[in-house]
Amino acid sequence: MAEESNYILEVKHLCQHFSSGRGKNKLLVKAVDDVSFGVRPAETFGLVGESGCGKTTTGRTIIRLYNPTSGEMYFNGRDIAGPMTKDLRRYLTDNIAMIFQDPIESLNPRMTIEEIVGEGLRIRGMKDKDEVRARVHEMLEKVGLTEEHATRYPHEFSGGQRQRIGIARAMIIKPKMIIADEPVSALDVSIQAQVINLLNDLKEEMGLTILFIAHNLSVVKYFSDRIGVMYYGRLVEIARGDDLYRCPLHPYTKALLSAIPEPNPITERTRKRIDYDPERDHDYSVEKPTMVEVAPEHFVYCSPSELEQYQKQLGL
Amino acid sequence: MAINPNETVLKVEDLRISFKAYGGMVQAVRGVSFDLKRGETVAIVGESGSGKSVSIKAIMGILAPNAVIESGRIEYDGMDLTKVSEEDFHKIRGNRIGLIFQDPLSALNPIMKIGKQITEVLHLSKKISSEEAKHRALELMHAVGIPEAERRFNQYPFQFSGGMRQRIVIAIALAGDPEILICDEPTTALDVTVQAKILELINKIKEERHLSVIFITHDLGVVANMADRVNVMYAGKIVESGTSEEIFFEPAHPYTWALLSSMPDLQTKERLLAIPGTPPNMIYPPAGDAFAARNKYAMKIDFEKEPPSFKLSDTHYASTWLLHPKAPKVDLPDVLRARIERMKGAK
Repeated sequence: MAEESNYILEVKHLCQHFSSGRGKNKLLVKAVDDVSFGVRPAETFGLVGESGCGKTTTGRTIIRLYNPTSGEMYFNGRDIAGPMTKDLRRYLTDNIAMIFQDPIESLNPRMTIEEIVGEGLRIRGMKDKDEVRARVHEMLEKVGLTEEHATRYPHEFSGGQRQRIGIARAMIIKPKMIIADEPVSALDVSIQAQVINLLNDLKEEMGLTILFIAHNLSVVKYFSDRIGVMYYGRLVEIARGDDLYRCPLHPYTKALLSAIPEPNPITERTRKRIDYDPERDHDYSVEKPTMVEVAPEHFVYCSPSELEQYQKQLGL
Repeated sequence: MAINPNETVLKVEDLRISFKAYGGMVQAVRGVSFDLKRGETVAIVGESGSGKSVSIKAIMGILAPNAVIESGRIEYDGMDLTKVSEEDFHKIRGNRIGLIFQDPLSALNPIMKIGKQITEVLHLSKKISSEEAKHRALELMHAVGIPEAERRFNQYPFQFSGGMRQRIVIAIALAGDPEILICDEPTTALDVTVQAKILELINKIKEERHLSVIFITHDLGVVANMADRVNVMYAGKIVESGTSEEIFFEPAHPYTWALLSSMPDLQTKERLLAIPGTPPNMIYPPAGDAFAARNKYAMKIDFEKEPPSFKLSDTHYASTWLLHPKAPKVDLPDVLRARIERMKGAK
């Protein structure tokens, strides 16, 4: 990754370990282990993986809901992994906003929509109530709600509308980047498409950078420019969406892709699932694996001998 | 056991179920009819609130106390399940019809060992000694692919992963040796790789035990994988039914079109065709076609009169006025037609 200045967000060797118990019961969980990637301005970077692979933890560490165990993180060239100061918190919350998975849990049931969406502005010192209201109304309009909704409470809305409120709350402070943690997986099929289209429109309109975290590979593929695949706390492959789906290299990526059920009875009846077993598929006893750029923009976590094999596969 | 593929094992006829609520009667199921033939998998697809889970709860006799079965029959083995007493239902539930739930964690008792939860069903279904029950339980655990069954027998649910828990739930459902297996979104809570394994397992035991399966889901990919026939439900009604091929390649109802085109597949680049609006409030279900308000092809009659079921082939039916001979001809949306062509071309 030579051209560092190209990235708006850069994560280098990020580790997030959680420990529990003490003495002989002490247990160290490496939720995120040596993860490095960069996100370019106005790009959508997708993080996929199974539950427990550390994709959510990565997102939460970037916005500093957790303090990273080690590693470096830069946003627009500024270090955001250091000690938490008032100044850094302000910088982070001004620039990065988050959309959560569960639209019911993430909205305060005792606040009206106007209070929820306008809270970010009030915290930033906007005292004029009419101005806040005008901005809230404008934002609600943008996410497909109306002014009348502003005085209601979260329970009066359907799941899709609640997610729109969550999006409005994130967007009102005009962040440079959004971390969207499974924004559609709690929604019904017919509503998912509405929210995906809305995010796509906002992205284009406001030139947003998005870190899109999800487990639904078809949605990630549709939505993202580049995709990182995570497995047990590690990034195992990063590539442009098309490349990743056309020629996946890492055996885990292959296994993951082979498991997606497609809405097509012809292919489904003959589908062959590939199993991934790290013990069987890799021999790292002699050679240690590293993240290598196999082809332009296509990184794989592999050992030198695997690299050769992958290069052959790509016809290089 | 001789298998007659055309024998109907279960038949639901014009089932109507409402729930008493503060605002009035919620009409959750409004005239649902379908049948299940021996050895086949029938899928019911729909969004939450479409009435799919309520219908199968009626089959299992586990409706909530505020539910009222207003009319209809559920024919099974010469009985009408809507009229069977709770006492007689004990002999059917589990022994003849098994159920797999969506959330394996809340379906299991957290403070009871796994082995006990399986043998409990065995003891309930017939008189057997505890050694025999344990032997049978270990066999079942082996059949659903749980490694080290002997050791796992004495563990608690929290010691199992999500996929393993779902395997336990399947083992419990199989313990009574049912002939019908109802799966209520069995893989929604699981990861894709685990989901693929569980679906394979369900298909395998279906073959081995000659089960007839009712499969409830909202994931069309899973439907394509599992189902022989598909029923699409919307607002308490089956709006389209047909074989898997008919539903995926020749969909006729605008709601089925919308469902098929609203989710991106791996080749999708263009803007998604989202379905505007939300499902109707079922306390006051709309007159006419319930999907009319969200349907850009809706005609005046859609808002006034309920469409009858039009026959497209011996197996394919759809309820939409678009199929009426006098209706204007509406073609499939371009996005969907392109996708179907692509799917047919895929090998």
